[in-house]
Amino acid sequence: MSTLHDRVMGVLAGVPDPEVPVVSIVDLGMVREVRENPSVVVITPTYTGCPATDVIKSSIRVALDSADLRDVAVETTLSPPWTTDWISESGRDKLRAYGIAPPPHSSQLRAKASPACPRCNSTNTQEISRFGSTPCKALWRCLSCAEPFDHFKCH
Amino acid sequence: MTTASSSAASRPDPALFDYLLRLGDDSLILAQRLSEWCGHAPMIEVDLSMSNVALDLVGQAMLFLDYAGQVEGKGRDGDKLAFHRDALRFRNCLLVEQPNGDFGQTMARQYLFSTWQRLLFQGLVKSTDAQIAGIAAKALKEIEYHADWSAEWVVRLGDGTPESRERMINGFAWMWRFVDELFQVDEIDAAVAKAGIGPARDSLRSDFDAALKSTFEAATLPLTPLPAAVLGGRKGHHSEHLGHILAEMQHLPRSYPGAVW
Repeated sequence: MSTLHDRVMGVLAGVPDPEVPVVSIVDLGMVREVRENPSVVVITPTYTGCPATDVIKSSIRVALDSADLRDVAVETTLSPPWTTDWISESGRDKLRAYGIAPPPHSSQLRAKASPACPRCNSTNTQEISRFGSTPCKALWRCLSCAEPFDHFKCH
Repeated sequence: MTTASSSAASRPDPALFDYLLRLGDDSLILAQRLSEWCGHAPMIEVDLSMSNVALDLVGQAMLFLDYAGQVEGKGRDGDKLAFHRDALRFRNCLLVEQPNGDFGQTMARQYLFSTWQRLLFQGLVKSTDAQIAGIAAKALKEIEYHADWSAEWVVRLGDGTPESRERMINGFAWMWRFVDELFQVDEIDAAVAKAGIGPARDSLRSDFDAALKSTFEAATLPLTPLPAAVLGGRKGHHSEHLGHILAEMQHLPRSYPGAVW
């Protein structure tokens, strides 16, 4: 018999981020808690204004309903604030394979180290723009292989 | 009227409501202004940047205005407060409603606002109100990025070509008179500061001035004494610009009440 926690996390592992579908919301560390009596799953948004948050909430609802977990409520919390440090190791690998340089640990935030190119692994890279196609990403380019790439911002 | 006065000493609810409107409206109106650049910015990367900053600010606004609605207790949510309130009821500072002008003017406004907002939110993180502290901690990470980004542009343009330098100076020349309002303390701020809900606005001034000095030195821009302050936004006395902003922003929900995607 699997516990409710395991069942819910198993279902949520199949809910993709709508903007970066290669990673799930579990990979991103958005799922903070699964409680019982009453059954609640608590998620936290990545960015305050991220339009994906509403999509994600409805995707979670659909996924839980389809898995016969209709009684599990979905709640949102802001505290503690989400950090990219909660992205799992496998999530980071998936991002890299998808062409997005994963974020450094927040302890290195001020070190301003250049991310390695997800294509050729060179660290001879340059920021093009601090903001990219979604709130969570910045735009970089590799000076070795000349490819532009997204960098998941440390947050 | 119900009797709010008995609880007002420990938890000033009418003041809290007004304070939350100030926080939410600052972010909302600046977001609306920035989104006017969408599709018009000098480069696509800059276009994306301003849309991103606008999005972060909309996120803050919705969190503060939703909470304001809860505190008010009249069944209004963030959308209702954003789209069904007239200019006289808006509590944003005058700085955020100023026209975009050229890119230099927009960056001058953004730099002043984000530099101030970073200091304000560093104080709000320690708020005795857990909801405000939570929103602030979340938003501060985004604001740090806005502040750094806009400071970089001030330096790049100020220390750039004679043309970019002149535009940066002109951009600030428009905005200077709206700076003092950011630090003005009235009875709402005093009540909120006393309850530990927010930092005393005037206490942020020295750090703000120090940040300006450092950025302006890097940008080789002159820092001149501020002109006489224009005040009134916190009391609902706005420039004519706010009416135009709201006309555009509120048109759809007012013309088609209850419209959904």
